Amino acid sequence: MARAKYTDKSGEMLQGTLDMLVLRTLVTGDAHGHTIAKVIERTSEDVLEVEQGSLYPALHRLEDRGWVSSYWGASENNRKAKFYRLTAAGRKQLVAETSRWRQMARAIGLVMGEGLE
Amino acid sequence: MSLRRFFNRKRRDAELTQEIEQHLAQECEENLARGMSEVDARRQAYLKFGSPRRVREEIRQVNTLAFFDNVWRDLRYAVRTLGRTPGFTVMAVLVMALGIGANTALFTVVRSVLLKPLPYADPERLVMLYERVKDPKNPDNVVSPASFVQWQKASTGFEQMALAHPWATYNVSGEGGQLPEKVAAALCSWNLFSTLGVQPAVGRSFQAADDRPEANATVMLSWGFWKRRFGGDPAIIGKEIFLNAKSHTVIGVMPAWFAFPETATQLWAPVYHEKTPKTMQSLDNHQFYVVARLKPDATLARAVSELDAVQRQIQKANPSPSINDGVNGRLMLDDVVKDYKTPLYTLLAATGCVLLIACLNVANLLVARAAARRKEVAIRAALGGNRWRLIREQLAESIVLAVAGGGAGLMLAYGGIAWLRQARHDLTRVDGIHIDAVVVLFVAGITLASGALAGLIPALGVGGRRVLETLQESSRAHSEGMSRARLRKGLLATEVGLTVVLLIAAGLLLKSYRRLRSTDMGCAIDNVLTMQLALPEARYKEPVQKAVFFEQLIARVRALPGVQAAGLVTAAPGQGWWGDNLVAVVEHPPMPKGQYLDAAERAAEPGYFAAMQIPILRGRTFRESERPDRGNVVIISQMAARQFFPHEDPIGKHLRLNAIDAPRDPLEIVGVVGDTRYYVSEDVKPMMYWPLSGDRFGNATIVVRSTHDVESLALPVQRVIGDLDRDLPVSHVMTMMQLIGQSTVDASFNSTLILAFAVIALVLAAVGLYGVLSYLATQGRSEIAIRIALGAQRRQVLRMMLLNGLAPAWVGLSLGLVGGGFAVRLIRDMLYGVKPLDWSVFAEVGLMLLVVSVIACAVPAWRASRLDPMEALRTE
Repeated sequence: MARAKYTDKSGEMLQGTLDMLVLRTLVTGDAHGHTIAKVIERTSEDVLEVEQGSLYPALHRLEDRGWVSSYWGASENNRKAKFYRLTAAGRKQLVAETSRWRQMARAIGLVMGEGLE
Repeated sequence: MSLRRFFNRKRRDAELTQEIEQHLAQECEENLARGMSEVDARRQAYLKFGSPRRVREEIRQVNTLAFFDNVWRDLRYAVRTLGRTPGFTVMAVLVMALGIGANTALFTVVRSVLLKPLPYADPERLVMLYERVKDPKNPDNVVSPASFVQWQKASTGFEQMALAHPWATYNVSGEGGQLPEKVAAALCSWNLFSTLGVQPAVGRSFQAADDRPEANATVMLSWGFWKRRFGGDPAIIGKEIFLNAKSHTVIGVMPAWFAFPETATQLWAPVYHEKTPKTMQSLDNHQFYVVARLKPDATLARAVSELDAVQRQIQKANPSPSINDGVNGRLMLDDVVKDYKTPLYTLLAATGCVLLIACLNVANLLVARAAARRKEVAIRAALGGNRWRLIREQLAESIVLAVAGGGAGLMLAYGGIAWLRQARHDLTRVDGIHIDAVVVLFVAGITLASGALAGLIPALGVGGRRVLETLQESSRAHSEGMSRARLRKGLLATEVGLTVVLLIAAGLLLKSYRRLRSTDMGCAIDNVLTMQLALPEARYKEPVQKAVFFEQLIARVRALPGVQAAGLVTAAPGQGWWGDNLVAVVEHPPMPKGQYLDAAERAAEPGYFAAMQIPILRGRTFRESERPDRGNVVIISQMAARQFFPHEDPIGKHLRLNAIDAPRDPLEIVGVVGDTRYYVSEDVKPMMYWPLSGDRFGNATIVVRSTHDVESLALPVQRVIGDLDRDLPVSHVMTMMQLIGQSTVDASFNSTLILAFAVIALVLAAVGLYGVLSYLATQGRSEIAIRIALGAQRRQVLRMMLLNGLAPAWVGLSLGLVGGGFAVRLIRDMLYGVKPLDWSVFAEVGLMLLVVSVIACAVPAWRASRLDPMEALRTE
């Protein structure tokens, strides 16, 4: 269940978006849960403030589908942390989701652009 | 959803917890770095993360297989609930174990004896053939060798046909210090083993060349005999052993499992070599089993009808009453088990009844528990508990009970089968009885089925009731009314009905067994010892040799201290049919064609009748002088006198025997003696005796009568025999009582078992009645208390409660009597001297059941009538 703060009520449309965001974050390299949450927040200029707890069910689900794999490693400050890595299947999924998202964003943009004018 | 994840979820949860902790710690650190206070940093980290517990729960939910989880929880819950009432649980498990155990044992036997295919190649093509006689009770007659030869020539439906004569005995001479021994042997045509599709384990099988009068004598050994007598030495092949003092070459040993035609068979010898050509050309010498193998494309009916026509032709060409005019054939498996089918299926039905009663009883106990928990259930229903869930809990409880019962039952069955194998050596295929995978599957099946049955009955009563009403009822001290117990009463009536059916069957079998035991054998049975011996042809070639031996033997036995009387006869009463002959009365006009007189034949020494206390009704016994040269005299039994000479004095009349190897001279009737039974459960048949002269019979049974302790004479008599002939073995040393006991073992076994099951059923039903009434009395405490307070007499209360409790017993009894009337038809074949609808048995069963149910009901009813109204009302 993808859930970003303040957008709870429009969750319907954002179904699956968190998964996509997580996959996208992992393209740049393996990361643990905390980093992933931080990267999403920072790159969205703090618009998408992930309720960090909901990140873990998402990660769990992605791992289950084989889109990410996990291993235990040492974090930046030498703590034991669970790292996630994008798999080949995950990469494929990301491509599909991205194109679907682009289409959706464009469609919404078209509708909204007309309404504003 | 994967099972792997489901079972790993504990470890994964721990991992997740660690991951979350790590995450929070890092967030906290960052907050600290931003300059927050430690408390604030932690708070903010948690705020941002949300509830770790909720995250864990969410993931756990995803990982859960709801079905397994629920079942597992229900089972744990059921075990815990049952653990709280150990008395109930132990009772229920024991009841289930009895039912399941008895069923498993019987199923194992039925499967091994009746259902498993025979161990031969393509057993479904093996057929047993008989000549047909017009006797509805026993239409099969063993086959004569000349008919067999003609069948073999004419048949197109059978690949092979083989002869087997299982009633041969051989004296195996002692060698190297071994004792001489008399063993059961079968004479067979050379192709018996190839017809059955069996190879010898060691050595070779018979060939056509062995099965001729002029061939060298050969013999094959059973595995058991080879192991026991020759230590399993393979070098025995090709060696000579002495059978009836004649040398035979051992050519092979059969496999251990092979037991044909009889389990007791120890040796096989080729029939055409052992029997005289004259015997083997006879049409009326009925001595052989015929085994045949159907061709793959032939049908049994057609192949048999073909032989039927052949036999009819034989009869037409040789019109004689002792030649039969038809052929019976049936599959070998059906033939082997035909004597055991009814008894075994009856026992299985009886155990089925016991299992059903056990289930009903457990169901009843569960209904009572459910009723006691009605308030709890109603509250849960009111709070939204769903009905299926409540039913599932009930089911889980009964299945836990049934599984425990099934486990205990399997152990019971194991013990039961071990006992049964020991108790019933005579059962065909008894050695093949053991618990295997199919049986275990069967146990699992009936366990689950009975668990479901016992659980569903009360569970269906759980839901569906108006919740509010139930809550009201149970919140006040409201009598639930006797109608509530209708379900339980219905179950009880069924139980009682089944019990009555079982009791009736047991009563009939027991009565017929008692009849059997008290059958008048027509002779002395107390303190009479019998033993058999057979003089080998080879050493006693001349009739006079045998006669001298018998004369010396009986004189010496009579001289033994303690012997009151002794005699010799070819077959004593109870030892079996032995043999018969067709006779004609010389003084009468010839009989119409197809009619004949038939009498069992015996040879007896003059003192036999006195020794066995068989009364001489007319005339006299043989004279000493009539012994050696036979004297052409005959003594007949009362039945023979009545049948052959109605309204006539048979003394001085003459009989002529109608058989090839019997004397053709007319025999003068010199005496009439009392009837004796050749077999306990068979009707009296005409019988004739002639002097034991040694020219026809080389075998004899010694009968010894004493005033007391006749068994102690067995050894002295055997010593006398040993003095006369060191190599002569003695067999079947038995008192008359043992002889009768042995032939009634079947009836004793069946009636005892059925009786045991009936008693179990009766106890269960009584416990059920007691339980239901106690429960009703407890539930109706306040009602009874109010009645008493308002002036009801104790006697009235007692009567009311009794009538209430006895109602299901009445209903069950009438159902059972009617059901029993139908059920007894099924066991008609097993009864002896008792009609299926024996009113005294029905009446006794009804009375016994009433007495038992009154006792079972009286205790709780009496307790209810002694209720102190003040106390009862105050505690509400």
